[in-house]
Amino acid sequence: MKTGLARFALAFYLVVLMLPIYWMVNMSLRDNADILSTFVLFPEKLTFDNYIKIFTDPSWYSGYINSMIYVTINMVLSVSVALPAAYAFSRYRFIGDKHVFFWLLTNRMAPPAVFALPFFQLYQTLGLIDTHIAVALAHTLFNVPLAVWVLEGFMSGIPREIDETAYLDGYSFPRFFFKIFMPLIKTGIGVTAFFTFMFSWVELLMARTLTTTEAKPIAAVMTRTVSATGLDWGLLAAAGVLTIVPGALVIYFVRNYMAKGFALGRV
Amino acid sequence: MHKPTNNGAWLLVVPVVLLVAFNAILPLMAVVNYSVQDIFGPGQAYWVGTEWYREVLGDKRLHEALWRQFLFSGMVLLIEIPLGVLIALAMPRKGWAVSLVLVVLALPLLIPWNVIGTIWIIFTRPDIGLMGYSLNSLGIAFDHTASPLDAWITLMLMEVWHWTPLVVLLAYAGLKAIPEAYYQAAAIDGASAWKVFRYIQLPKMRGVLTIAVLLRFMDSFLIYAEPFVLTGGGPGNATTFPSIYLVKVALGQFDLGPAGAFSVIYFLIVLLFSWLFYQVLQNVGRGGAR
Repeated sequence: MKTGLARFALAFYLVVLMLPIYWMVNMSLRDNADILSTFVLFPEKLTFDNYIKIFTDPSWYSGYINSMIYVTINMVLSVSVALPAAYAFSRYRFIGDKHVFFWLLTNRMAPPAVFALPFFQLYQTLGLIDTHIAVALAHTLFNVPLAVWVLEGFMSGIPREIDETAYLDGYSFPRFFFKIFMPLIKTGIGVTAFFTFMFSWVELLMARTLTTTEAKPIAAVMTRTVSATGLDWGLLAAAGVLTIVPGALVIYFVRNYMAKGFALGRV
Repeated sequence: MHKPTNNGAWLLVVPVVLLVAFNAILPLMAVVNYSVQDIFGPGQAYWVGTEWYREVLGDKRLHEALWRQFLFSGMVLLIEIPLGVLIALAMPRKGWAVSLVLVVLALPLLIPWNVIGTIWIIFTRPDIGLMGYSLNSLGIAFDHTASPLDAWITLMLMEVWHWTPLVVLLAYAGLKAIPEAYYQAAAIDGASAWKVFRYIQLPKMRGVLTIAVLLRFMDSFLIYAEPFVLTGGGPGNATTFPSIYLVKVALGQFDLGPAGAFSVIYFLIVLLFSWLFYQVLQNVGRGGAR
């Protein structure tokens, strides 16, 4: 099936996909005046000043640290509560199951703009404003439903005979779940981990609403590059390049889970 | 395949429901409150019933924004879903190339949305941007700040560039979950590539494709940051989507009432269409494909 044409088309697509990314890298290695005055395919006046600024200015690099903290908490929390719930949805009927399942997803359907204010009030009442926990908890609103849906899809692909055989063999539920079932849905867990990471990482409105200084996310720090003299495009591009790095590492580490696929034959 | 009834399974679902309800219920109630009151300040709110709803529903600019949004989201689904499936089919199944392709695919997804808009401003500039400069060198007059059509093309390109990888990742994970035995059986029967796709791969991908369609519909229907940064809703109102108009109403005019009513209506539209997509996709699989 893998014809030369398919390979060529895939390579072409990936190159097109890289063009805007390349342009961001290109911009990040030039100063602002150079970016705005000339078109060059490769930076001629190469400078690393933009990156140096980000790595030496605490108000910049702390943004990355803050984002990584709450994104990691959110990812772990979302996946761990979604795993048992997705199992319940994929294996059993219970009162209200279909309604709850769809209701979960409806939480991704509201336009966020007006919800920012009551969100702020809710977390202010709890005294959690400007903490990593607040953002991590708030992001479960859209990440937990996604995690449940994706995991349920993968779990439903695993025949129930596997569960039944394990129970007959005397496995308790927790032992079956961790030892047998989770390895079978590695692909799904990998995909889910990446998606929850990604959606939390790029979300700006809630993260900005719930933080002021101590837990300020990188995406909010980046909006500061607008100054009286206009936007510092080079600095913004460098910060953009650096926002890709943590997520690229995440997908690199979960790639084996995503690439391995169906593990039934090896049980 | 019927599932056994077991109400004890609720125990596994409770943490999820509590966590999501904690975030969902109070803010939703607050927004519904805004939508039926006229709020002057703390403690000074007056019940106005459906007045804001009538005002919002009669707003011509909202109607236009909604039609624009349906056109946009429709095109997003028609382009991204088939393209995503095709790319997933063309991807290698094993080896080092898989890692490379997966990482490259993930890159656009990982850039904060406001930054994506900003990068595309420069990327499409005719004088200094790679895309704008190349098009102009080819003799194509391209300027998304002046031509509504160019603005739409730019937004669609950006959207397809940004989000097709999500569909690819889902479709690819779905493909990888198909047991090798299915392909072996198909090979023994001498099934063509098309038949393998139609009767094995597509039905097996139904679950992940349902998620892909719903996610792309919901998120594209609520799109805000990218068009706001890139075109600001212009030229004119050509790319003013409901979310952009909503923020204008909510922040520009400090009108929580109409903005609340707007949000509730907006939410219900997304809900209705997501539910329809969900029902259709569930039943499509039950029909022919088995």
